[in-house]
Amino acid sequence: MTLSGNWFLALAAVLFSIGAVGLLIRRNVLVMFMCVELMLNAVNLTFVTFSKMLDDINGQSLVFFVLVVAAAEVVVGLGIIVSIFRRRPNATADDLNMLKG
Amino acid sequence: MIHAAPVIILLPLVGFFVLTFGGRRLGDPSAGWLGTLAVAGSFVASIVTFLGLHSLAPHARSVVQTYYTWVPVGGLKVNVSALLDPLSLAMVLFVTGVSSLIHLYSISYMKGDPQFRKFFVYLNLFVFSMIVLVMAGNFLFTFVGWEGVGTCSYLLIGFWFDRETAATAAKKAFVVNRIGDFGFLLAMFLIFAHTGSLDYHGVFAHLGSVSKGTATAIALLLLFGAVGKSAQLPLYVWLPDAMEGPTPVSALIHAATMVTAGVYLMVRVNPILALSPNSLTVIAILGVVTAFYAATVACAQNDIKRVLAYSTISQLGYMFLGVGSTAYGAAIFHMISHAFFKALLFLAAGSVIHAMNDEQNMKKMGGLRKYLPITSTTFFIAWLSISGIPPFNGFWSKDDILGAAYHKSPVLYVVGAATVLLTAYYMTRQVVLVFTGQARWVENRPGVEGARAASVSSGHAASAVSAGQGGDAAGGHGGDHGGPPHEGPWIMTLPLIVLAGASVLGGLIDLPFGKVKFLDTWLSPVASGAGDLATESASLRIALLLVTLALAGAGILIGSRLWGARIDRPALEPELLQRSYYADDISSAVLTGGGGMFSRALSVVVDNGIIDGAVNGVGRLARWGGTVVRRAQTGYVRNYALGIAAGTVLILGFMLVRAS
Amino acid sequence: MASLFPLLSALHPVLAVPTIDRLVFAVCAVIVLSGALGVVLSSNPVYAALSLVLTLFGVAVLFVEEDAQFLAAVQVVVYAGAIVVLFLFVIMLLGVDRQESMRSERLPAQRPLALLLGLAALGELLALSRLTHWSTAPRGASGAPATGGGGNTAALARSIFTTYLLPFELTSLLLIIAVLAAVVLARRPGQHPIEPPSLVETEDPNMPMIGSDPDEEIEGVRNVDAESVAFGGGRGPQ
Repeated sequence: MTLSGNWFLALAAVLFSIGAVGLLIRRNVLVMFMCVELMLNAVNLTFVTFSKMLDDINGQSLVFFVLVVAAAEVVVGLGIIVSIFRRRPNATADDLNMLKG
Repeated sequence: MIHAAPVIILLPLVGFFVLTFGGRRLGDPSAGWLGTLAVAGSFVASIVTFLGLHSLAPHARSVVQTYYTWVPVGGLKVNVSALLDPLSLAMVLFVTGVSSLIHLYSISYMKGDPQFRKFFVYLNLFVFSMIVLVMAGNFLFTFVGWEGVGTCSYLLIGFWFDRETAATAAKKAFVVNRIGDFGFLLAMFLIFAHTGSLDYHGVFAHLGSVSKGTATAIALLLLFGAVGKSAQLPLYVWLPDAMEGPTPVSALIHAATMVTAGVYLMVRVNPILALSPNSLTVIAILGVVTAFYAATVACAQNDIKRVLAYSTISQLGYMFLGVGSTAYGAAIFHMISHAFFKALLFLAAGSVIHAMNDEQNMKKMGGLRKYLPITSTTFFIAWLSISGIPPFNGFWSKDDILGAAYHKSPVLYVVGAATVLLTAYYMTRQVVLVFTGQARWVENRPGVEGARAASVSSGHAASAVSAGQGGDAAGGHGGDHGGPPHEGPWIMTLPLIVLAGASVLGGLIDLPFGKVKFLDTWLSPVASGAGDLATESASLRIALLLVTLALAGAGILIGSRLWGARIDRPALEPELLQRSYYADDISSAVLTGGGGMFSRALSVVVDNGIIDGAVNGVGRLARWGGTVVRRAQTGYVRNYALGIAAGTVLILGFMLVRAS
Repeated sequence: MASLFPLLSALHPVLAVPTIDRLVFAVCAVIVLSGALGVVLSSNPVYAALSLVLTLFGVAVLFVEEDAQFLAAVQVVVYAGAIVVLFLFVIMLLGVDRQESMRSERLPAQRPLALLLGLAALGELLALSRLTHWSTAPRGASGAPATGGGGNTAALARSIFTTYLLPFELTSLLLIIAVLAAVVLARRPGQHPIEPPSLVETEDPNMPMIGSDPDEEIEGVRNVDAESVAFGGGRGPQ
């Protein structure tokens, strides 16, 4: 008997929360981005687990697309970061505070 | 024949409109004649209607003519309707009759006044309102007339509105009236609530369901309204000041018609009063106290019109005494008698003032009998009538009331009798000061023997300046009175003569002897009270009669002896009486002082503090809320991300709750 | 080890599972979690990137364990191989390897709250996974079996190229756009200035414009107060 899928789900949940907490705590923009990747991975793991549990290939197709989009997102995001950092080399997430009411 | 009734109401209204819109084209005397003809036509129509009503059987003499459905709302059905019954016809007859005479008089009295046409416009409107008041078939329509006469009184008292005293007096009259109207309104609400109707017939039919307490409340509230309109204590203060208006106005409104509206109302609602003996007692006491009070004040007045004003208040008090003693016929009789002799007194006084170049201070008159024969003769007749000397009408009517008062309570009789003494006294004082004795004005009048050779204009100026209290600036003669005082034209003297004749013969309508009690019999279907019935023994009646006669004679004697000798008697004219027990001073101090404080309190505390504070407070609350919430907008992305995380937790929690 | 089997199975059903699966899962879980913690807790971004690689590998192994072999391969090649390398490029290029001070936290209550919310979310997720009745029917809605018909890759291919053909095409388009974006974004200022599109109304002259010199006065662009722009101009943290 294979390992019950619940364990994988639990692992994915833990990974997701670690990623979320990391996003909230870190100030370095790139590290925040990496935490987002962590969360995406957790989601991928969940989908694959369900695909296995439900014996349905759709879960994996979805992961496929998530992977593609994540790649594109990283490309664009890093491009933005590069163009920002040209101007302000010391930018951190806390510099975005002009919306202070 | 009773179908002539609408004409009575409409003619003065038509006159009003024609004069308002076309009066300028008519020109001065013609406008006055038109107004007079309108009212005279109304008088003729009322005679016709009276004959028509008279032809009906006594129990059928209560006809309601509905002209227009006015308020058909749910349970409240009020129409523009007229109630033709003995009381309303009696009222409308003397109202239109006296009004026509006064209109006629005014044509000459107001000659030369730049607002001549406006005067008749207002007069016609007034007569219309008064007719509506007495002929209305329901409380609400009566109230329309009630308010109408109040408004016209304001307009007419303040006719010479550029005089500040006149404008103030007009406002005072209107405001005091309105205070009384409040009582009338409340009474109407109560009446409708308890009887479900405002028609006189409907209300009187449903009185069975009204408790004694409610009836007393209604009666007292209506009394409050009547007190305002008929200038009884405590709402009498407007009437003396109302003498600022032209003399015909004083004669018409403040002697014969408007002030009698209160008495009329009381008589009209006598079925309600019958349910509440306490209210009758209150009315009687109020009437007799007012009568005595006003008589005392009249004894100390120097202005010829003010004496008559207080006299009116006093005589109205008698009428209320009559109502309170359930002698409704007697009250109406006295009302009619009073209308005749008081209007006569005022018109004659107007003639005197006219002759004296607008001088109104009696201390500056004297010896006018020689120069104004018709005026003085008619004035004497009225004087004797008001003092209660037979065979003039005042004697009969006053005696009826006093007899009924004695029947109710001897104390009322005593006070009433004392007032008889005072009435005779002050009227005699007036007659003596004005018409007999030394002519104290001679020095100021060139052209009269014994006069200084003063220039024409200074004489006029001097007398105009000395027109102290509320000079009745009759536009009259466009120049100075160079010669001796003289009578006015026939237009002015004819009404005097007619009214004098009415005073002489007026007693005939209600002599207290069985078969010839015409008025009482006529009124009995609608206003019969126990007081009208001669239940006392004849000897008692005659004894009372003699007592009052003796008192009247004594008053005349005292007055003539005291004032014929000397005109300067400060002891008999104390300041207290001259200023009418300081009533005006007290009320203005209390009301402006206390009222001012109250309004200031309201303005500062309630308006600024509470209301504005609440409104501003809402704004401040919103701003404070905003300031608080604003702190959540730190601007940091990570804080906002925290918010998102919190939201996620909440959503998961919701799903959890749903799942479990 | 086989003798331990019945003993272990008596303790907990999961312990009765074949050892290899358990072992692999346990080891990979440790790898994944330690990588994740490394990402979050490292002050040096390079260390964080390397920890990310660790996590990605661990996830890839788990994919294999769940019979998603193709995805495991793609994960390694794309994610660990390309994306993380890209991250490292940027870190090195921009010199962001400066260590972020982990000690100070300027925003009040951010850390405690973050931990609290994270734990709460985790707890709720776990509870949900326990309480909710997952559908355990062998097939999902579109009913394509994961196994059979030539293995995992074939099944995946079948699904992508038939059911999800349109999304597939769209994602290829997306990739092209991403490439374009990267080229444009990374362009050095001063090269071929482009006319700003008229759509852009509010512009902070300090903000780096697409392909234009931030200091250059551009016609048609209003000078707007810095306050109105989201990204602050030149000021450090207050």
